[in-house]
Amino acid sequence: MIRFENVGLRYGMGPEVLRDVSFRIERGSFQFLTGPSGAGKTSLMRLLFLALKPTRGLMSLFGHDVATLSRTDLPTLRRRLGVVFQDFRLLDHLSTYENVALPLRVIGKDEASYRTDVIELLHWVGLGHRVHVHPPVLSGGEKQRAAIARAVITQPELLLADEPTGNVDPTLARRLLRLFMELHRLGTTVVIATHDIALMDQYDARRFVLNEGRVHIYD
Amino acid sequence: MALPVEREDLIEESDETGIDDDFGAAAAIVPASGVSGRALFFVLSIMSFLACITVGTVAVIAQASADWRSEISGEITVQVRPLDGIDTMDAVDKALAVILETPGIGSARALSEQDLRDLLEPWLGADVDLDELPVPRLIVIEIDRSAPPDIGDLRFRLSQAVPAASLDDHELWQGRLAVMANTLAVSGAAILVLVLVATVLSVVFATRGAMATNKDIVEVLHLVGAKEAFIAREFERHFLRLGFRGGLAGGFVAMAAFAAIRWISAQFSATPAGDQFDALFGGISIGWTAFAGIGLTILLVAALTAMSSRLTVFHFLKVFD
Repeated sequence: MIRFENVGLRYGMGPEVLRDVSFRIERGSFQFLTGPSGAGKTSLMRLLFLALKPTRGLMSLFGHDVATLSRTDLPTLRRRLGVVFQDFRLLDHLSTYENVALPLRVIGKDEASYRTDVIELLHWVGLGHRVHVHPPVLSGGEKQRAAIARAVITQPELLLADEPTGNVDPTLARRLLRLFMELHRLGTTVVIATHDIALMDQYDARRFVLNEGRVHIYD
Repeated sequence: MALPVEREDLIEESDETGIDDDFGAAAAIVPASGVSGRALFFVLSIMSFLACITVGTVAVIAQASADWRSEISGEITVQVRPLDGIDTMDAVDKALAVILETPGIGSARALSEQDLRDLLEPWLGADVDLDELPVPRLIVIEIDRSAPPDIGDLRFRLSQAVPAASLDDHELWQGRLAVMANTLAVSGAAILVLVLVATVLSVVFATRGAMATNKDIVEVLHLVGAKEAFIAREFERHFLRLGFRGGLAGGFVAMAAFAAIRWISAQFSATPAGDQFDALFGGISIGWTAFAGIGLTILLVAALTAMSSRLTVFHFLKVFD
């Protein structure tokens, strides 16, 4: 599903933040991406959700060489991804419901066709009572769950979560991890970037450890 | 969406279903507050006003010019100059005979001495003695517009029968009027183009501002798989509405201005000032063409606004990517 071969990334004329990164991620797998702060986790995630293109090497996603993708191809590929951002990226002027439904609205689905699914998912992540509330009023944990709900509402093939438990207490972090495990069980490929070792210890999954721009894999 | 059956186990405090129906219309993805609408509304109103005034004025002038030309082309004049040894009145009668036997002539009338006196009065006073002045005699001919006479043939036959007669079909005046009307139309079109270009530039700047203000929204839309056309539509919607409202406001004021001119000109009709005005410019008639032009200009401003914002969004997204 994902293939990196000697991928390098630099911002502008700066030093390489990722160097000779090579790995494969198989369909239906679950992996943690970890490493110290500044190791390049977020940069690698940005490559994965197609916000950046590698400056060298081969990166293939869903069988497409990212270097040869045109701008018009990107939306189609991004629709196969679900992304939980570290800073949530919820739109403050939209309600929780509208934020979660955004990916469906973007693909032109009729509101009546997805309303029940969205409400059900919001109940499922414990936000049933916050449907009409706007993000500025939500707590950190609630925003986190709204962001996760938005990422999974389209049942993506690949779920990318950048520090999804960074803003919640350990109990909620465990519950969110179980949510990802459940999605994995349903067939979604999951990549979770985190530096929370306690969280990773709760689930036996492959670990990608990034250090100084290089990746080491522990199966 | 198929949810895991063990959901209660996953989220212990999850709420119980009960789908609530309290949903209004979905909020706009790009909020109206994110588009600096008020300033742009005024700019668009002013531009629309100027464009409508230009279009309306050109329409009024084109109509007046067509009326003048139609009046002039419906009438020709024969001038019989007094020559030594020739009885002018006899020459006028001969000329009238030639004219009246020509096909395509509606009517022909020689101006009387009194008519000539009236024409000359503003310049020479009331007591002018026509016998002491070499004043030419005039024959006014109304032509049949549906089957106009052969002017060249008439001119030739007149010159043969009455050497002192000359025919004026106002061709020179018509030519000058046509040149004036065309010049005004081209100038109006140039002004209109300038106004519309300024409108487009204002919208481009406003769209760039709106895109920069809403950069976070654009980024999220991108990342959830929105196509560029979708993002452009979200912005275009606001600008189309603004363009339409601005266009309407400017067009409405322009129509009010024309209505006011019409009313004022009606107040002065049958007064010396009104007659003077009519003599100079002809009767100003603001007909349906002027109002249709204004209506089309309003639509044009709205369409240009929407199109400019759409193209700007596409350009921004190209750079953004």
